[in-house]
Amino acid sequence: MYGYYLDLALRSLRRNKVLTALMVLTIALGIGTSMTTLTVMHVLSGDPIPQKSAQLFRVRMNVFPDDRFRAGDDVPDNLARRDAEALLHDTRGDRQVAMSAGSMAVTPVQGDPQWVQARYTGAGFFPMFDVPLRYGHAWGPDDDANRARVAVISSALNEQLFGGKDSVGQTLKVGDQGLRIVGVLGEWDMNPRFYDLSNGQFGDSEDVFMPLSTAEDMKLSASGNMWCWGNSNDMQAADAPCLWLQYWVQLDTPAKVSAYRQYLGNYIALQQQAGRFHHSGQADLRDVMQWLDFKGVVPSDVRLQMWLALGFLGICLLNTVGLLLAKFLRRSGELGVRRALGASRRAIFLQCLIEAGVVGLVGGVFGLALAGLGMLLVRHQPTDYAAFIHMDLRMLLGTFVLALTSSLLAGLLPAWRAMQVAPAAAIKSN
Amino acid sequence: MTIHPMISALRKHKAGVVLIALQIALTLAIVCNAVFIIGQRIQRVNRPTGLNEQDLFLVSQQWVGAPAGDDADSIQKLDALQREDLATLRALPDVESVTPTNSLPLLNSSWNGSASINADAKLIGGNARTTYYFGDENFLRTLGLHLVAGRDFNAGDVINKGFRNTTEPGMILVTKALGDKLFPKGDALGKVIYLDGSGTPSTIIGEVERLQVPATGGWVSAFTWNATIEPVRLNANFSRYAVRARPGRLQAAMREVTPALYKANPMRVLDDDSVKSFADIRKEAYRADVGMAALMGVICLILLGVTAAGIVGLTSFWVGQRHRQIGVRRALGARKADILHYFQMENLLIAGIGAVAGVALAIGLNLLLMKHYEMDRMPVLYVLAGVAMVLALGQGAVFAPARRASNVPPVVATRAA
Repeated sequence: MYGYYLDLALRSLRRNKVLTALMVLTIALGIGTSMTTLTVMHVLSGDPIPQKSAQLFRVRMNVFPDDRFRAGDDVPDNLARRDAEALLHDTRGDRQVAMSAGSMAVTPVQGDPQWVQARYTGAGFFPMFDVPLRYGHAWGPDDDANRARVAVISSALNEQLFGGKDSVGQTLKVGDQGLRIVGVLGEWDMNPRFYDLSNGQFGDSEDVFMPLSTAEDMKLSASGNMWCWGNSNDMQAADAPCLWLQYWVQLDTPAKVSAYRQYLGNYIALQQQAGRFHHSGQADLRDVMQWLDFKGVVPSDVRLQMWLALGFLGICLLNTVGLLLAKFLRRSGELGVRRALGASRRAIFLQCLIEAGVVGLVGGVFGLALAGLGMLLVRHQPTDYAAFIHMDLRMLLGTFVLALTSSLLAGLLPAWRAMQVAPAAAIKSN
Repeated sequence: MTIHPMISALRKHKAGVVLIALQIALTLAIVCNAVFIIGQRIQRVNRPTGLNEQDLFLVSQQWVGAPAGDDADSIQKLDALQREDLATLRALPDVESVTPTNSLPLLNSSWNGSASINADAKLIGGNARTTYYFGDENFLRTLGLHLVAGRDFNAGDVINKGFRNTTEPGMILVTKALGDKLFPKGDALGKVIYLDGSGTPSTIIGEVERLQVPATGGWVSAFTWNATIEPVRLNANFSRYAVRARPGRLQAAMREVTPALYKANPMRVLDDDSVKSFADIRKEAYRADVGMAALMGVICLILLGVTAAGIVGLTSFWVGQRHRQIGVRRALGARKADILHYFQMENLLIAGIGAVAGVALAIGLNLLLMKHYEMDRMPVLYVLAGVAMVLALGQGAVFAPARRASNVPPVVATRAA
């Protein structure tokens, strides 16, 4: 039966090629634009570290002095060094790290010095964020404490400076000082870069990772957001009134999460008692996905484009409904004959829906091609996320599901109208 | 021609009429808002920064193995390096003037804070947010800024300090926008303000007509024109110089920079991005806006095409369906023009209904966007232009099928159905 309907559908579609082409093209355009923008949304709002995103928490506190505090203000993103160091010292999480982005000039053995992006962090960084190492190992907590001159470098920098060979034990020349390379990163693609969104939300990892304490020792400059109040001779000093350190903690169980919240409350209470401020203070703990959502990692332009594309798809569907309606009703005569020969209304309805479905599937194929073209365009846009846009299997299947459902939806009204055709009148008018 | 028979005819095609009207309404709503967004982006991209952007470029470089800048002695060493660079750049044949700077408008690298008319005022409260520019006595001249009150910095005003040092200078220039925000009577000149909640007074010695902040994101929209200029050479292991080339000598001057700086001091990093014309800075800052506008434009065009195709399709169907009736009308004396006008009027009626619904939808959509996407209110002009556009689109689309209808010969009436 279905085979016969399919045959009828193909015949009918072949009969009026222009109309068929118009319908296919309309659906393809709608599907193509929608899938392009949906894919961008899907990639940008994805979980960068699915295996751990519920256990990693960004720690934020509002411990401003009284004259800087206003109830209802946002909690600042970063911590002052004194608070970060106090929390690190207490080690209440399963793992914790305070860090900042930075930059430095490194001098290769041969060739000109070059400017590289760096991350000043702690030993906890690598296990916490599941950072893979190709050679060597991360530094240990002792190295943090001893301000050891050690570094882990990216595989890209290793390729550039050492031709991709195991460079563990070699020296990385930073200005007139040296860092001993203890590890080389494997492929580490963390996008969006949730651990520090203030230095570009998407992009490659930093090239040099080194202990924060060592960076301070070497007076290397930090980059990213720096928020200071009052006068200070050195924004990165231990007691400077400046907020610039990102603080992350790993808490493996919900019980630990609530215990940690309690701990932050206690920390703030202790600061109050010590006379640092009199207001109630604020503490805030967000896991990775909450953090990404809070920071609005998906650009509002991308959301806008998605809604625009969905609106566009809606109009394309309306258009298809109109064209299908015209097509089916034009064939009242033929449908009337089928009804007179004993086809039930249900059979006519199914026959029409199958025709709509065929249009949808063909439209889906072309739509997929258009989406591929759209993706190519997006990847050539000068945005920092362009390189990460790709279509996975889920989106590929999604394309056909969307194409088929929308064309079937578009076919409902015309098919319903078609099955209402009164056989006698239809045959007579022909 | 009376409307009455037309309406009774349309009643027989309710579904088709509703579909076309709905499609026109949605098209109107989306296209109006999209065109409005395009207009806003274009306006944003075209707003002047306050600079004379012609012949201006920026040099960013880092020293290798420079002093750390953590004590007075090493800060003076860093300053000596910077002054050497300034002298080198000023000596170039195609360079007109040079200033050290921390940033430029549209560069998206900024140092922001708050200015207050009271000492030790709350930082977050502040009286106005501001961005900071740090430059020397050539800052205004190099960037081509217009002083509207007071005086420019002179060489004696300029001090130097370490990059990490946040102490405030005694004298500053502010933009007129910032001055008027702090002193609404417009008498900011000579007044004292306090920056970043510090207790150190800074005297406003002059006002600049217009100077945009470096950031272009939505978060600066509250203080886009609030800038404070401090007579300070910031000393760090990196530096930026804004350079004005002699008129028409931009390319030549840009080419001279890298070799000259390397010759003066090879211990530094200058890469491909280090010497950048302001035109490129502008292009980079707004490329997302331009991309968005282009995308919106393309979608609008396709949308209009799809809607027109839909109208052609359905009208053709109706013409086919009414083939015999048209023949009868022609046989009863209707002219070709009458048939043509009939279909044109019919389309106008449907498109009119769609346009009315579309106006409501367009305004609703605009309100929705205002709520979620920091959009402004759409002027009525856009909606009216949109209405005219969809009516014209309908007429354009209906013309071909209507012409075909008008060519139906009267003899059709006599043929058997």
